[in-house]
Amino acid sequence: MKTEIDEKSIDLASQKILQKAEEEGIETAWDRYEKQLPQCSFGQLGVCCRNCNMGPCRIDPFGEGAQKGICGATADIIVARNFLRMIAAGAAAHSDHARDAVLTFKKMSEGEAGSYRIKDEAKLLSLASEYGIPSDGKSLEEIAANLADVLLQEFGKQDGHLQCTKRVPKSRLKLWAELGIEPRGIDREIVECMHRTHIGVDNDAVHILLQGLRTGISDGWGGSMIATDVQDILFGTPQPRKSTVNLGVLSRDKVNVIVHGHEPILSEMIVEAAEDPELLKLAEEKGAAGINVIGICCTGNETLMRHGIPIAGNFLQQELAVITGAVEAMVVDVQCIMPSLGELTGCYHTKFISTSPKADFPNTVRMEFHEDRAYETAKEIVRTAVENFPNRIPEKVTIPEEKQECMAGFSAEAILNALGGSPDPLIEAITGGAVRGIGAVVGCNNVKIKHNYGHVNLVKELIKNNVLVVTTGCNAIACAEAGLLLPEASEMAGDGLKAVCKALGIPPVLHMGSCVDISRILVLASAIANRLGVDISDLPAAGAAPEWMSEKAVSIGAYVVSSGVFTVLGTIPAVLGSQAVTSLLTGGLNDVVRASFAVEPDPLKAADLMLEHIDEKRKALGLN
Amino acid sequence: MKDLMIRPERCMGCRSCETACAIAHSESKSLFLAIGEKPAPKKRINLEPVPDLGVSLPITCRHCKDAPCVSVCPTKAIYQDENASMISYDPNLCVDCWTCSTVCSRFTPLYHMILVMGCWTSSMNHNRKVISRQAEAGIKCDLCEGRDMPACVEACPTHALVFAEVNEV
Repeated sequence: MKTEIDEKSIDLASQKILQKAEEEGIETAWDRYEKQLPQCSFGQLGVCCRNCNMGPCRIDPFGEGAQKGICGATADIIVARNFLRMIAAGAAAHSDHARDAVLTFKKMSEGEAGSYRIKDEAKLLSLASEYGIPSDGKSLEEIAANLADVLLQEFGKQDGHLQCTKRVPKSRLKLWAELGIEPRGIDREIVECMHRTHIGVDNDAVHILLQGLRTGISDGWGGSMIATDVQDILFGTPQPRKSTVNLGVLSRDKVNVIVHGHEPILSEMIVEAAEDPELLKLAEEKGAAGINVIGICCTGNETLMRHGIPIAGNFLQQELAVITGAVEAMVVDVQCIMPSLGELTGCYHTKFISTSPKADFPNTVRMEFHEDRAYETAKEIVRTAVENFPNRIPEKVTIPEEKQECMAGFSAEAILNALGGSPDPLIEAITGGAVRGIGAVVGCNNVKIKHNYGHVNLVKELIKNNVLVVTTGCNAIACAEAGLLLPEASEMAGDGLKAVCKALGIPPVLHMGSCVDISRILVLASAIANRLGVDISDLPAAGAAPEWMSEKAVSIGAYVVSSGVFTVLGTIPAVLGSQAVTSLLTGGLNDVVRASFAVEPDPLKAADLMLEHIDEKRKALGLN
Repeated sequence: MKDLMIRPERCMGCRSCETACAIAHSESKSLFLAIGEKPAPKKRINLEPVPDLGVSLPITCRHCKDAPCVSVCPTKAIYQDENASMISYDPNLCVDCWTCSTVCSRFTPLYHMILVMGCWTSSMNHNRKVISRQAEAGIKCDLCEGRDMPACVEACPTHALVFAEVNEV
């Protein structure tokens, strides 16, 4: 039962490369998905427990067989524990990324990471003052060193709560305190999740889920936010800029170096190294017209936002980029990198270069990256790519012509700048009714949903209904490919939103960065809520992750809902095996954090749910 | 004619066949909706552990109209109701001769395996439990009428269940 190519992706470029893959007998994620079907029901429902070696234990979802695990854990307990572990893993991924950014920042301040500089002094100073670090009479490096120390303490903090949470509207912080879910040290919350889910510790579904919310908050308002802030100081706070996206950005005559993964620490250096005269000369000698650095996934979002580096695609396009046959080097760091790339790059001339001390893959060239010789490593990597250019096999190369212009770089700071320095014009547009509300649409791709179908249709429906969309991650790339990240896309918006976009010269969909940058959305939401003197949950705003798949997305879901934003998921999380957990997540949470989840795979119906929610909130605020 | 065949040496005990069977016999035909249905959908295949063999067997009875097991049972421990719609089993009459299993086409491979491994009765016992349970519940394997392939076969990740011409296996 083979799925037709046009059922796999809505994107023409992707369809063409999928066709090429089929002709060449190359396997992709979609083929492997078919071989997994039907997927295990116990896993899909979340009722399989492998937390101790008496198991695995499974609960019969139809009530005839086992209703308890060997230890006595019910479906509610097992589902809640599994869900908590997903949140812990997701929060760990974001926060470990943040830790590395802070460690680089610290080394830079100590003069041990010579290739890095402070690129945003203003952000350094404002962050230092937020963390209570006096800056009088100190050099920027000294301030940075002090800030780095304080930030590092946030991970292992033993007393008090995370500093970033002070950015939350007061009413929300009070609510968290009352619920006992104010996050403490970032690492502590993650460790506590693992402790609680060990056999025989926390066995009350509600109690377990509250820890999930706390851990999520420690990610969104802790780890992710620190990652964003520190990266902005080191690499510059993004400002709106134009670029191009989709597989067509691969060059026919230049050396193509793809940076894929999530951390900008290495990719920043690769962007610089690709401009090194020595390497450009070498490229010329090898018969190439230059060096073309391209992004995929969130590493791509980071370099797009800060340098206008083009993006070849989102999560499900990583294999397709290699299948074009035009990639000299696929350079990866961490997160969302398919291990299949190892075998796949072997079918072409592509060098698969892994750089993170944490992440290795089959069949890679290891070029481990350390801050002290960052630029040298980046140069070696680019050199490897350049030297590989003559190995390109012309008859195996197909680059689709599809590429799309886009505008990205809307950090919270950039949005406030575009609004003239305060959120007031946006608030006026919302209260006046021109903008009905704000939709935050984020998240991954998932083979269970036609590639980009969920993303693009949901976003189009929202802007048509005058909802201003803010986006990050793979959704942002999907929107870019669909042409939604251009000021001209306001033609697809409703009249009210169209007028606002035209007046401000902005697209109706604002690219706010990578997935750790959902923290930017939180900061923006807080700024608006504070200005209105309300809580985030009172705003006419809703979130969605139409094609989510990763554990990071579960953690994101936990902090977005904990922050008061109603969120619609497009793929079904593994919780339906417990009635109690399902109804808590999709309803009961409203009484706890004044927001909850909904699940709706159809993007148009999902948009309706968001619109309904936005209208309710408008009504409650007395807006029509 | 095609029938469901069991290759016990391939069974990993994952119970995918059971949930797939229940879903195929639910109102909604969807896992996520079926778990909320009342009455809960019932499965027609059961994974039975055979401790003596250290294996698990997906066992299913079709309650055949001209059931060969009934015709060969020397003690009438296996018998058919008046409409010939259900096979039932009376453990008090059973003498564990295993004649029934030698004539059941879907169990033939299993029977051979058990012969080789020198274990008879435990497996028979489990087989009969399934028959009794299904008779009590008034349900039986219908080879998923209306589908090209029985759901359990489609769901089996290791192909321990196959749908094939009886004499091909």
